[in-house]
Amino acid sequence: MRKLIAALIAGLLLSLAAHAGEAQPVGDPAIEARVNKLAEDLRCLTCMGQSIADSHSDFSTDMRREIRDMLTQGKSDQDVMDFMVQRYGDFVLYKPPVKSSTWLLWGGPFVLLIVGLAVLVAKLRKRDKQIPAAELTSQEHDAAAKLLAGNDQPNETKP
Amino acid sequence: MRRFLLPLGIFLVLVVFLAIGLRLNPREVPSPLIGKPVPAFKLAQLQAPAKTISPDDFKGKVWMLNVWASWCVSCREEHPVLVELAKQGGVNIVGLNYKDERSDAIRWLAQHGGDPYAPSAYDADGRVGIDFGVYGVPETFIIDKAGIIRHKHIGPVTPDALQKKILPLMKELERA
Repeated sequence: MRKLIAALIAGLLLSLAAHAGEAQPVGDPAIEARVNKLAEDLRCLTCMGQSIADSHSDFSTDMRREIRDMLTQGKSDQDVMDFMVQRYGDFVLYKPPVKSSTWLLWGGPFVLLIVGLAVLVAKLRKRDKQIPAAELTSQEHDAAAKLLAGNDQPNETKP
Repeated sequence: MRRFLLPLGIFLVLVVFLAIGLRLNPREVPSPLIGKPVPAFKLAQLQAPAKTISPDDFKGKVWMLNVWASWCVSCREEHPVLVELAKQGGVNIVGLNYKDERSDAIRWLAQHGGDPYAPSAYDADGRVGIDFGVYGVPETFIIDKAGIIRHKHIGPVTPDALQKKILPLMKELERA
């Protein structure tokens, strides 16, 4: 058991070491941090469903290089995003901008929520009206009175 | 009976949406470059490294920019189509050899039926490709006389796409 754990830990350390070696290209750590942050918000267009930060594809490697170069030249984060959108369109952004063509995307869930609530309220009101305030027959009235008076509770122990 | 009408309606709407969704190709990302000027570049030619090539060379002409590479498998599929088109003449086919080795690219052309490009640019590090928003090879751009990108074809150029879309468009631009 101990050997197994030791082996597992060794394996883990090895993979961490391999990863660290790969994820740390030479350069300013502050710029690297910004590159990674920007890369997380950009879609890898060849691998779909992965961000440029997650992917090891050629495309993502090139994009990270491009972002790194731009930041090294003193460009702002916004400049980088604009550069990407100009070339690849809004689709490259993981968080699409709010504009006329995307209002349905952003507002849709809220519209559905409001519609759902409206339908619920309408249904509840309708049901309220459908249940008639039933009139009691005199027999039922007597039975109810008996119950309320507490005469009909043989199982209950008296205090 | 009537109470089934609403769920059935919702179901049908969902089916329609799913059917449309299944037909869309998620790999075809519409290019924001359509209607914009062709990105400027000046690259060495593939076959003649001493000569350069730039979009300015084609001012006043309708031309096709075909992004290709020797490592690209689907380029083999479209290559005969381009070679045939070049033989027929009348179409300016410019190549953009993307992230390739020069020697590999030249050998690949020789092995796959010839060089349809007049000429091909050599984009070793893919920087020009990025300016064109290239994310998969092959991609083909149609550029008008004023240097505006009018159409982008993603994936191999098929005879069908050529006859139905690309050639009619180029003819129309030629008349403009």
